[in-house]
Amino acid sequence: MPRIDRIAEPWGTRTPYGPGETWPTRVDAYLADGLTQDDVDRWVQSATILHSNGDGLDIAVKDERIVGVRGRAVDRVNHGRLGPKDLFGWQANNSPDRLTRPLIRRDGELVETDWDTAMAAVTGRAQELLDEQGPSAISFYTTGQLFLEEYYTLGLIAHGGIGTNHVDGNTRLCTATAAAALKESFASDGQPGSYTDIDHADVIVLYGHNMAETQTVLWTRILDRLAGPTPPQVICVDPRETPVARHATLHLAPRPGTNVMLMNALLHEIIANGWVDSGYVEAHAVGYAGLAKRVRDYPPELAAQVCDVPAEQIREAARIIGQAERLLSSVLQGFYQANQATAAAVQVNNVHIVRGMLGKPGCGILQMNGQPTAQNTRECGADGDLPAFRNWANDEHVQDLARVWNVDPMDIPHYSPPTHAMQMFRYAEEGSIRFMWVQATNPAVSLPELGRIREVLTQDRLFLVVQDIFLSETAQLADVVLPAATWGEKTGTFTNVDRTVHLSEKAVEPPGEARPDLDIFLDFAHRMGLQDKDGAPLVKWSTPEGAFEGWKECTRGRPCDYTGLSYDKLRGGSGIQWPCNEENPDGTERIYVDGRFWSDPSYCESYGRDLVTGAPLSPVEDKAMNPSGKAVLKAAEYHPPHELPSQEFPFQLITGRTLYHFHTRTKTARAPQLQKAAPEVWVEMAASDAADRGFSEGDLLEVGTPRGRVEGKLRISGIRPGVVFLPFHYGYWDEPEGHEPSGTRGRAANELTITDWDPASKQPIFKTAAAAVRRLEEGSGPSLAPTTTASRPVVDGVPPTFGGQAALSTEEPANMPGGAR
Amino acid sequence: MKLDLAIEELHRSENHLAGALLAMSDRHKVDHEVFHVARDIARWSQDHVQALARIGGDFGLELDPEPKGDPTVLEKARQRASDLMGRSSAPGMLLLADLRHIYREASGTSLDWELLAQGAQGARKKELLALAERCHPETLRQVRWANGKLKESATQVLVS
Repeated sequence: MPRIDRIAEPWGTRTPYGPGETWPTRVDAYLADGLTQDDVDRWVQSATILHSNGDGLDIAVKDERIVGVRGRAVDRVNHGRLGPKDLFGWQANNSPDRLTRPLIRRDGELVETDWDTAMAAVTGRAQELLDEQGPSAISFYTTGQLFLEEYYTLGLIAHGGIGTNHVDGNTRLCTATAAAALKESFASDGQPGSYTDIDHADVIVLYGHNMAETQTVLWTRILDRLAGPTPPQVICVDPRETPVARHATLHLAPRPGTNVMLMNALLHEIIANGWVDSGYVEAHAVGYAGLAKRVRDYPPELAAQVCDVPAEQIREAARIIGQAERLLSSVLQGFYQANQATAAAVQVNNVHIVRGMLGKPGCGILQMNGQPTAQNTRECGADGDLPAFRNWANDEHVQDLARVWNVDPMDIPHYSPPTHAMQMFRYAEEGSIRFMWVQATNPAVSLPELGRIREVLTQDRLFLVVQDIFLSETAQLADVVLPAATWGEKTGTFTNVDRTVHLSEKAVEPPGEARPDLDIFLDFAHRMGLQDKDGAPLVKWSTPEGAFEGWKECTRGRPCDYTGLSYDKLRGGSGIQWPCNEENPDGTERIYVDGRFWSDPSYCESYGRDLVTGAPLSPVEDKAMNPSGKAVLKAAEYHPPHELPSQEFPFQLITGRTLYHFHTRTKTARAPQLQKAAPEVWVEMAASDAADRGFSEGDLLEVGTPRGRVEGKLRISGIRPGVVFLPFHYGYWDEPEGHEPSGTRGRAANELTITDWDPASKQPIFKTAAAAVRRLEEGSGPSLAPTTTASRPVVDGVPPTFGGQAALSTEEPANMPGGAR
Repeated sequence: MKLDLAIEELHRSENHLAGALLAMSDRHKVDHEVFHVARDIARWSQDHVQALARIGGDFGLELDPEPKGDPTVLEKARQRASDLMGRSSAPGMLLLADLRHIYREASGTSLDWELLAQGAQGARKKELLALAERCHPETLRQVRWANGKLKESATQVLVS
């Protein structure tokens, strides 16, 4: 069986295919030292959890331990393939420093305790605050990494039981703008695209989306199209020279913070050249005149100056998009975490609406997610929305939810949109939130302006509960730490970007006393005595499957209809795309076919917001604008970023991911192959900027902003001049101080970032801060940044990133095992 | 014809609104969205001031095209005060009062634009009408912002 170093070759071997053909199967597997597939006791069905792609895989179990993984050949998403993080990341499950017992703070120190003591402390404080202040004191900050069943149960407990409006996830940092943009254009969340659109598209545009590193298997699909006959044209919009940029027909590298200017100019060209499907727009959209008027003021020459992209490139991009026959667009953090995030992402939707390119093979929009289960956080009402895309501003929707939950509608807070994460931290800062329960996320590294976040989290008046699998930076600050089970140790479902629902079964027991997140929530509900309006227990289930059945009822008739799904149906085969119901028993590959949308005012999830001020539109305004359920074309004027470069801070700082790590490295740093591939933080700069200052590859630099300082070794890369890049994964848990910098300079990129967010999506801005750079020491060797990715060096003499023997994985071409058990 | 009076009054009220938004922004520096959005939309009022000064010339007015700025020292002092009060919940009530004030000011300005548009229509002053049609929607967005933000902020302030 062919073996290949998947650290050195992150996307594996090409299996080329042509337009309209089926993507060939290639089954990727990695088993721990020396084991072969014959040694495995059993294979347990699951899907990938270290990114948002949702690739089907089987977990290998031997002697009741996880020993490896293998892609599922039958799966519609990956056709057997896995990325490096999937092949190696599972090893973190077996890490000896997993949390195995609850911890409680006694005399300032976290000490081990039993579950009863820990939960009594949690419920005791919650009850005290409910009596003293009411639900406004209680908040839940969840994640994009639990399972659907857990989010839905959490949403029910928090909204329907405790009655707090303060529930959000770290999905606010990764996917809030995806949801917001879809709600603006289609009045409801729900992904118009399907991954199979890659098989058909003749033009693929990636807006601020380094797919090669964030969704490696999806990018592999594009690479295989590019290697086959009649390949698609690819347009890349990114200030870095990413692997996507290197494969692109056209690469636009705009100045950070200017996406709306660029998009308005693209729409200007598309409309001015008449590349508009007028029939489609007339029949299925409102707001065309307003859009045309808005973009009239944005000729390519103006955008060329503001974005620092040649006008000719903007024209060429518009021409390729305007003449595409099957256009696929994907959008990610380069837009979502930047200035005017929603306005920029909405313009991508607008391109598809004016070109009539929706609901047909090859014609899709992928407003992407960063995390594996972010879609479920959005669907289940754990992220600042109500469950099943119900509209908090529509009284009938709230009444309907109250019926499903058997509670009084007044018990479900709906006086305003549910509180977003950044506002929750503000309420904690000013002292009105006094209880925060953080699950499977690490705000002490992932939120902007860490100095401030640490000050908020360490206040005595804030009771902090952290539920996690490791003692993260945030957990170290907690009053109570609850040890959780993770993927492979519990059963549940989750849904990826293109609405594919996968079942992930329990393969092994969790370590020590660690418990599934669902069990922890159920225990909390039970101890709090949460009841419905008839005095019966509020939460009516005790198992994941019971929760799933409850969720199905909640989704009946809603856009994300799960009523046709069951655990049995998800077992054995591939994932299934919602809506899946009586009419669509096998799921639905594409929504919005024939211009039918979910935007009717009585049905829609959202009435929309002002893209600049974020002010919600009223039902009356929405009805007047879009009475008959069409798509909505809207656009905003360009506003410059709030923090611009100055003499003191001449660079623009952007932060982002690398292929080999996930989030704050809690799992990936505990997988030796991944940690070795990207062992430490680095600073990326353009060759011209480095030359101007006399810096060389590997020099130790300090990057400073008005908020903090970070040090790292210089990697001279293909990034655009004037911009500095830092990866955001590196925190302090494997450093001496454990949760904060040990000196005046840290290594977490978020020491530097600004507290500012898009008013429409409330997603924080990580891509535009003004920064200064100076050299601390000359380097003794190159930076250890990966050479296989966007951080590829532009100077000679840097040894290539490789994994060696330890990273050899198998690749089997078509029609081999790896399917159903 | 009294169009000049209407332009002059609007010039005054837009100037006042811009100042009120900037002052509010400074007072709530620790409420980051309020701080930034109030500044962003103050620019609309400043732009209206300039446009009104320009068109005022056609009606024999000499209006200052430079929007009234806020003295930087005062600005910094307000931001500093906001920082110092960041851990206190008292500014919550001040935020509600400020939003209420902005709502009323912006609503008044919106009515002034309506008056001007009516007059411009009656007098067939096309350019003036076009100006009103361009600017008035932005004033309405300022009104909606103050209203929406007030609604969103009120509950936590009042029940906590």
